[in-house]
Amino acid sequence: MEKVIEVHNLVKKFGSFVANDHLNFDVFQGEIFGFLGANGAGKTTAMKILCGLSSPTSGQVKVAGFDIYKETEKIKRNIGYMSQKFSLYEDMTIAENIRFFSGIYGISPKNRKEKQDKLLKDLDLESAKDSLIGSLPLGWKQKLAFSVAIFHDPKIVFLDEPTGGVDPITRRKFWDLIYEASDRGITIFVTTHYMDEAEYCNRVSIMNEGRIEALDTPDNLKKQFGAKNMDEVFLKIARNVE
Amino acid sequence: MKQFIGFLRKEFLHIFRDPRTMLIIFLLPIVQLLLFGKVINTDIQNSKIAILDQSHDNTTREITSKLMSSGYFVLGEELMPSDDVEDVFRKGKVKMVVTFGTNFEQTLERDGKVDVQLLADASDPNTARILTNYASGIINDYVKKEKLKNIELPNQINTEVRMLYNEGLKSVYMFVPGIMAMILMLISAMMTSISISKEKELGTMEVLLASPLKPIQIVLGKVTPYLLLSFVNALTIIIIGVFIFGVPIKGSFFLLMAESFLFILMALSLGILISTVAPNQMVAMFISVLALMLPTILLSGFMFPIENMPLPLRIISHAMPPRWFIVIIKNIMLKGTGIMYVWKETLILMFMAFVFIALSIKNFKIRLE
Repeated sequence: MEKVIEVHNLVKKFGSFVANDHLNFDVFQGEIFGFLGANGAGKTTAMKILCGLSSPTSGQVKVAGFDIYKETEKIKRNIGYMSQKFSLYEDMTIAENIRFFSGIYGISPKNRKEKQDKLLKDLDLESAKDSLIGSLPLGWKQKLAFSVAIFHDPKIVFLDEPTGGVDPITRRKFWDLIYEASDRGITIFVTTHYMDEAEYCNRVSIMNEGRIEALDTPDNLKKQFGAKNMDEVFLKIARNVE
Repeated sequence: MKQFIGFLRKEFLHIFRDPRTMLIIFLLPIVQLLLFGKVINTDIQNSKIAILDQSHDNTTREITSKLMSSGYFVLGEELMPSDDVEDVFRKGKVKMVVTFGTNFEQTLERDGKVDVQLLADASDPNTARILTNYASGIINDYVKKEKLKNIELPNQINTEVRMLYNEGLKSVYMFVPGIMAMILMLISAMMTSISISKEKELGTMEVLLASPLKPIQIVLGKVTPYLLLSFVNALTIIIIGVFIFGVPIKGSFFLLMAESFLFILMALSLGILISTVAPNQMVAMFISVLALMLPTILLSGFMFPIENMPLPLRIISHAMPPRWFIVIIKNIMLKGTGIMYVWKETLILMFMAFVFIALSIKNFKIRLE
């Protein structure tokens, strides 16, 4: 399988504080890769480096086959990003948001129209095309934000705690969208707090104090740590380290 | 380029859909200018005064009519010697009382000297000073022209006063440049800093930075709409100044516009700098108001003359960009001077713009780490 993210000995320091301590992992194409860790464990820092928002102190990193130091522009064309604060403009309509984001990724107007129609149909939002984002319920906003983040068919999409603040049913529906994208060959790189979401991932890495403590499929991790669910795995890792 | 136009379209949508922004951009300049120009008027016109005339002779009547026909005063009340003068002031009906003693004309003719008493309500010290000055001027002028015209005084020195560049001493001449500096500062610096920090607050900035857009494109995209709007504002203020308040543009209109453009650029870079420091909209607004508006009003020489300030404030006022801009516009509009006389101020503004841009770039990079 093709590696879309390759990380070797990634180190990120802020002064004397080590946020990422020699990270090593690969992510394969079409995979749903869960990136877990407590707050402050360094997962957001690592994700920002992978998205080109921040540069590493040392180590080799390739994203979508491009070098993180020299080819950030090419990387940015091949990734999508959804921030944890949810990332569409509330004072613009659905169509206007799509138009704007298509514009910055260089999607032609004709192409945009076709994809937009399909997107609205899939999400059952055809009638809401000209509604302001601010008037929609949070669950819809998040689905839209995700659909817009993969509108330009990126190789990888980075989701930074995408389902904060919504109920389990809405979260489950959101994950249906993620599976669909993964079936289309888009790699999903997702950070989350919710351990039930960790179960949905193909592989999971768990970070603690800047290091990756465990990395495997959810089933293997449960076996390895003799745990019933991911919640226990997570707690055991946190205790071991202490 | 297409990307950029798309970005601008989005920015204008933000602006046009936010009523507060619209109010600040389109209404505020006009309201401010009309307020300062019409309501907050430090010029004296038709001030109500009272006359206490105990002689009622030709001279006192003539002086009274001179005062009334000057345009500065209107007769609010005629007092009787038995009236309590202080009571008149307390009621607040009049600003000044002119008192002529008994046998005014006879005293003047016999002694060649007589006193008129001017009592002014100095709870408003500026007005009181101006009113008494005007009244003394009118009375002296009358005495010189009417009473002493046949008398040759030896070694006479007359002062001949001409108020250059603002013959009518209209305060609106001072307000138009001041308001222009203030509004451009407000819209350029405050609105850009708020609009950039809003993207940070909402998390959309990260999405933009993770997109193929370069940081410089994002900043330019955020700034350009405000550059255009500020320029429209500068024009509006000048048009109102010229056509409603009759402020002249004696110098080159082109130079005036070019200097305004420079000032706007400077203010925009200051706005970007503020947004790199402020984590959210509230802080951005707070910094803008506290660090920009108040000093602009108080320390730029717009309201209060810099020469009268204590030394520390005078030194601080050098760092106030509007101070230099106001000097430039006054020179161009009122004195009609060219770039030869304002090159120093222009260079200072350029230097400030450069410093703000350099600091912004530096801060922007640090933030990205």
